[in-house]
Amino acid sequence: MIASLCLILLCQLAGEIFVRALALPMPGPVIGMMILLALLLARDRLGWLARGPLQGGGVEAGASGLLAHLSLLFVPAGVGIVQKLDLLAAHGLAIAAVLAISVLLTLLVTVATFLLVGRLMARGQPDEQPSERPMP
Amino acid sequence: MSTNPFSLWVYLSQTPLLWLTVTLLVYVIADALSLATGRHPFANPVFHSMWMIAAFLLLTGTSYTTYFGGAQFVHFLLGPATVALAVPLYENRRIVAKAILPMLVALVVGCATAIVSVVLLAQAFGLPREIVLSLAPKSVTAAVAMGISESLGADASLTAVAVILTGIMGAIIVTPLMNRMGITDYRARGFAVGLASHGIGTARAFQVDAVAGVFAGIAMSLNALVTSLLVPIAVTLLMR
Repeated sequence: MIASLCLILLCQLAGEIFVRALALPMPGPVIGMMILLALLLARDRLGWLARGPLQGGGVEAGASGLLAHLSLLFVPAGVGIVQKLDLLAAHGLAIAAVLAISVLLTLLVTVATFLLVGRLMARGQPDEQPSERPMP
Repeated sequence: MSTNPFSLWVYLSQTPLLWLTVTLLVYVIADALSLATGRHPFANPVFHSMWMIAAFLLLTGTSYTTYFGGAQFVHFLLGPATVALAVPLYENRRIVAKAILPMLVALVVGCATAIVSVVLLAQAFGLPREIVLSLAPKSVTAAVAMGISESLGADASLTAVAVILTGIMGAIIVTPLMNRMGITDYRARGFAVGLASHGIGTARAFQVDAVAGVFAGIAMSLNALVTSLLVPIAVTLLMR
């Protein structure tokens, strides 16, 4: 478990170094996630990589443990609301309405776009298949 | 060693131990309630933990800084948890690879909707400029949104609150909304909630369906990238 956590932290550290060194406008942990994904994919091809937490489901178990209670990790930032009570007393209703409408719009537009593009792709596929047949 | 309960409180209320314990204990209660209601959307564990702890801090007159001294150990794990999303992504790589095009289009369109709608609505509601700027990055995960907010010269701590509220709203609304609209594609449902409501939406998606959770995690990570690029552009175009 400690080895898995260590691997996850190493990936995050590498991600932070990468982002800072190149002054990229993106979060280090997201690059860390890509590094861990690349390591997992590389492990399946290269036998020598499959050791320590990268073998026998080690890092998989560690990651599931972290993700099982993802909700908990947002609680400390959420409690920060106690610092903003005077601002919320003045503008709270407007802020809540703005956020609620925006979330609703974002959910609807995103799910509609995903389904629409998926459907267009599915419609395109039957047309492609006959053309793959060898011509007589 | 004093036996006076008040001096014991004075000592304990300054230690990280008490506030870490309070955070975990309240969350365990909120999560048990959520489980007892069959993961009902309104029994959202983040929402109920948040108001219970906030009320306790206000009642005891504890500052957020003191509280955060203990809670920071939990907060820190947000980074490693983001890295850990690589594992469900790896395990579901075949389903994900098949949906790459719908994901990328929905990412750009959804991200633009999230930013433009919040800026225009906040202006329409007559909110002051500083608040509008602080709300703009509200759909990405807390650490990233606060970074964007700081680079715009906005109030990063207000951004953090907006991020958490957005996450909770999306996590509460998504299941009834999608069920009512008859959307059964859990890839699309997960992707939408991860994009609109970052990690809190992703946590909700994992409660409902494993595939939805994976797609929510991808949407949350990709949205962090796209929002960092789009918010400065949107703000210069929409706010003069």
